[in-house]
Amino acid sequence: MSSVTTQPQAAEPFGGTTVAASDSRKERVTGLVQNHGGEAVLAVVVVVASLGSQGFASWGNIESILVGNAYTALLALGMTFVIISGGIDLSVGSMFALGGVLAARGSIDGGPVVAILLPVGVSALIGLVQGLLITRARMEPFIVTLAGLLGVRGLMQAISKEGSSTYLVPQHSAFLNFGSGSWRPIMTAVVLFGIGTIVLQRTRFGQALFAIGGSRSAAVLMGLPVQRTRALVYVLSGSLAGLAGALNASRLQSGVTNIGVGYELTAIAAVIIGGTLLTGGAGSITGTAAGVLLLAVIQNLIGVHLSKYGSSASDAVNGAFLAIVVIVQTYLSRLQRLP
Amino acid sequence: MENVLEVDHVVKRFPGVVALDRVSFSLQPGEVHALVGENGAGKSTLIKVMTGVYKADAGEVRYAGKPVAFDSPSAAQQAGISTIYQEVNLVPLMSVARNLYLNREPRRFGLIDSRRMRQQARGVLRQFGVDVNVSRPLRSLGLGAQQMVAIARAVQIDARVVIMDEPTSSLEKREVETLFRVIKQLREAGIAIVYVSHRLDELYKICDRVTVMRDGVVVGGGLDMRGLDRLRLVSMMLGRDVVDVKRHGVTAFDADHEIEGEPVLRVRGLTRRHQLHNISLDIRPGEVVGLGGLLGSGRSETARAIVGALGLDSGTVEVDGAVVRRRSTAASIKAGAVMLPEDRKAEGIIPNLSVRENIVLAALPRLSKFGLVSRAKQDEIVDFFIKRLRIKASSPDQHVGELSGGNQQKVLLARWMCLHPKVLLLDEPTRGIDVGAKAEVQGHIDDLAREGLGVLLISSELDELVEGSDRVLVLKDGHVIGHLAGDDVSEENLMEVLAAGPGAGDDIDD
Amino acid sequence: MTDLSLERRITFDRDRVLSWLQSYGVYAAIVVLVAIDTALSPRFFTLQNARVQLFQAVPVLLVALGMALVIGTEGIDLSVGAVIALAAALIPIMIGHGLVLTIVVVLIAGGVSGTIGGSMVAFARVQPIVATLALMIGLRGFAVIINGASAKPVNNQFIDDLGVKNWFGVPEMAFLAALVVAIVAFVVRRSTFGRQLMAIGDNRAASELSGTPVRRVLVLVYVICGILSAIAGILIVGHGAEADPSGAGLLYELSAITAVVVGGTPLSGGKVKVVGTVAGAIFMQLVQATLIQHNVKNSWSQIIEAIIICFAVYAARGRSGR
Repeated sequence: MSSVTTQPQAAEPFGGTTVAASDSRKERVTGLVQNHGGEAVLAVVVVVASLGSQGFASWGNIESILVGNAYTALLALGMTFVIISGGIDLSVGSMFALGGVLAARGSIDGGPVVAILLPVGVSALIGLVQGLLITRARMEPFIVTLAGLLGVRGLMQAISKEGSSTYLVPQHSAFLNFGSGSWRPIMTAVVLFGIGTIVLQRTRFGQALFAIGGSRSAAVLMGLPVQRTRALVYVLSGSLAGLAGALNASRLQSGVTNIGVGYELTAIAAVIIGGTLLTGGAGSITGTAAGVLLLAVIQNLIGVHLSKYGSSASDAVNGAFLAIVVIVQTYLSRLQRLP
Repeated sequence: MENVLEVDHVVKRFPGVVALDRVSFSLQPGEVHALVGENGAGKSTLIKVMTGVYKADAGEVRYAGKPVAFDSPSAAQQAGISTIYQEVNLVPLMSVARNLYLNREPRRFGLIDSRRMRQQARGVLRQFGVDVNVSRPLRSLGLGAQQMVAIARAVQIDARVVIMDEPTSSLEKREVETLFRVIKQLREAGIAIVYVSHRLDELYKICDRVTVMRDGVVVGGGLDMRGLDRLRLVSMMLGRDVVDVKRHGVTAFDADHEIEGEPVLRVRGLTRRHQLHNISLDIRPGEVVGLGGLLGSGRSETARAIVGALGLDSGTVEVDGAVVRRRSTAASIKAGAVMLPEDRKAEGIIPNLSVRENIVLAALPRLSKFGLVSRAKQDEIVDFFIKRLRIKASSPDQHVGELSGGNQQKVLLARWMCLHPKVLLLDEPTRGIDVGAKAEVQGHIDDLAREGLGVLLISSELDELVEGSDRVLVLKDGHVIGHLAGDDVSEENLMEVLAAGPGAGDDIDD
Repeated sequence: MTDLSLERRITFDRDRVLSWLQSYGVYAAIVVLVAIDTALSPRFFTLQNARVQLFQAVPVLLVALGMALVIGTEGIDLSVGAVIALAAALIPIMIGHGLVLTIVVVLIAGGVSGTIGGSMVAFARVQPIVATLALMIGLRGFAVIINGASAKPVNNQFIDDLGVKNWFGVPEMAFLAALVVAIVAFVVRRSTFGRQLMAIGDNRAASELSGTPVRRVLVLVYVICGILSAIAGILIVGHGAEADPSGAGLLYELSAITAVVVGGTPLSGGKVKVVGTVAGAIFMQLVQATLIQHNVKNSWSQIIEAIIICFAVYAARGRSGR
């Protein structure tokens, strides 16, 4: 008794082609929202603010937003690379402060060149140490950079006499030119973000970051220099943080010691709001830029309208915002996972 | 002719097991050399030693005549050994083009030339019969297409040796033909190929020589395929007499079940967009129903949907006459339908917990009063199952992560058995475990069926599926395309149904 | 043959040393530290000093216990400091309405915070770092909005007593801590909830498949952590007799995580060492006290703490293998 049942079907040509199913609309939409949601929300908020909040759209206000956040944006830039590679760097806030103190000190003792090279060099070195602890000693980035946060702040306080000495950049120093005015900070940030985009999208290093964050085991099997890349990304993040701190010192004309606390958290928030996945493997620099600006605009608006609550109100809003964004992001990536 | 790759008495040990015991293997340029053996025989370990993932504890590996010790896959690749893995080891989130050229991207003025990369990718993939938008993320492609991308990547590298580990497990018939064409081209160019597979038909079609492994030892090295009788090959793999294999079959199954009564599992109209289309089946007490199909056909999804681990758009599941209303694993367990998952590392064992804790995990609600676990009841169950399933562990407190694959699988089996289920769904129950444990597990499945459980068996090993099941349902792309019963359950018939079913076609966008 | 066995013996010993360090290192470290301190200044080993240490260590310990449970599920809770700040904000407002109501409201606030964080992790499947990071930023801001950024005196008898009074020579809060430790230890070792918690931390997918009520357990764990943080907040306010929403609990998450990690609980989840966490909290407190005692500058003590964290985590790594 035959119990074999099949459906008849036309023969396939030998060597025929496989055509993958066409882009489903859902896939395209969720991809768009995920990758450019941050920019979209920023655009909406800016438009609403321009119409609804008096004085928002004035050049003076926009300028102060851009200039005020140009250097902390560099922290988010470095953080983007780290998070895409699947890691995290909690030490950038402390390195920002350290960079400022070193720069001020350097400008007094060594001149403008030293004022820039010293902080960048030291931060790069610390980043390298963290990178090696993560790759060689195989410790978790969260813990290593958490220790970095503590240790670097301690280091900064040690060289500034427990934070009591605020080194002032000499009046005549050429170092002051790096961060003065409004164009220089903005252009510095724009140029660095531009270079960052090129590095991320068009170099093997950048592609390796995506691969390592997307699937570390696959990256290893595909022959990528995984450990070297992972360590290097912390050098990059540290250098940018140190540079940002140095430029900020140039702008403030001194190495302020109680600065930078919590900056790493804002950087992380900006990166995530910009669409980079915390788990790694996907993200963009433009998204981060949108995230930075979005947080800055919110803070600006709150500063104007809810000024009696001060920065804590913007904290509360940022917190809620971050929560919403992350929930949406997770929901979207779950949608995308369905074939 | 000088060997391009030679493995000389290599030993590789892991805690508790000798994976490779003085294994020797030789590969000549321009040959296709089959590497066969059951799960746990050591094939994967041998490949990992050859490609730099593992370092040998003793012995030597020689490449082009010179001793080498690759310390990473990257080093092996640079030397010219390229590997295609059974699981697609590419980056799902990145685009097809980027995956194809990762770490080898075409550059202009030092920067990656994205346009040229995409153009080249389109051209290369078309040769492999894949015509897609190469800017899409890799994971948006079907498994077969993904594997073709992996294959294309592997052969692009200037390689002298290409190792293919179960390359056809996700491929359609015409994709397999394409692969064979590629292999012939490689062979003509003097490139040596190591072909690992347990699909004997393919091996006889394309391979020149074969090396057979069993339990970490080479039992037949570099044998000429042409003169080798198929039955003899199988008996070498299993370590059993040729006559024995012919008479009793390849597995330890003795599918002589008494089946009677109303179905203990009744599944109707399971549907989930893009994955399952109106799947229905019945299982009666004492019956073993097999689910056959290629990778990606929806077998695991069906099982998961039945036990509530996968959401459904529509469909009903009835256990012992009672409809399971809530779609959750807890509800399914309560109703009496449980599942042994395919990936025991990801979804099965809790590695840092003890054998004891792993076994009682699902039964915790039944073993505790007011939220406190009753130690006595727990120990009773644990001791019983350790004995019955012959779980080899230093003590019930040993961490499950330290046990061998076979024993881990037994622990998982115990976890489900101590719930006294009515229906047991098994997804690849003997994957990745050694021959001895495999036979034991197959024997236990028979016992369970004899005790009146309804069993759903999913297995990629055709002989296991055929010999263990009373009936086989064949799935393809989430549809039931065939049904074999009684004497018609055979490997030939199964493959015929698979080949003749409706093609993959374009997704019906509903 | 002989080469192999020698090599194996050496690795065997190294594994044993590392494994011992992992399990008992922190206790040994405490003994060593107390010995050094007493040698350097005999006044260290007095009951009075022990009391001082306890007053500092108990709030951290309570938070660390909650944190340990969360870490056991392979999660993390960065919002604990913010919950303390919230407590500091609520107490001065509520105290006029009665002591019991105040305590209830504060505990509920901690529970609500935990519910929010836990729900994000359990239902929305957001990473714990991000979920609790958002909570931390938001809650702290919220706390300052409710009650401003300045320190306000709190003069309630019960709360202040809790913060400074002794009972039979031992601080009252220490008894409270001992009770909490006992409860948590019991839960972890003997209860279904504890078992499920650790299973989830080790392999969430396997636990789900086994019918474990994963989401319920996850939310509960964050709620417990929130409540414990709220209690710690009450103790801190009582100890200083003042409530400062902007300053209370700052960096508490760091201290708690450090205590848990140093105590041997792995960040990867699956195991919770209750006694280890207690030892970790005590150890970190002793380290700080030692550094203060010897006038080590704040900067260096931060560096030293950082090094200790690294070392503790490194030792906890366990065996490496290829």
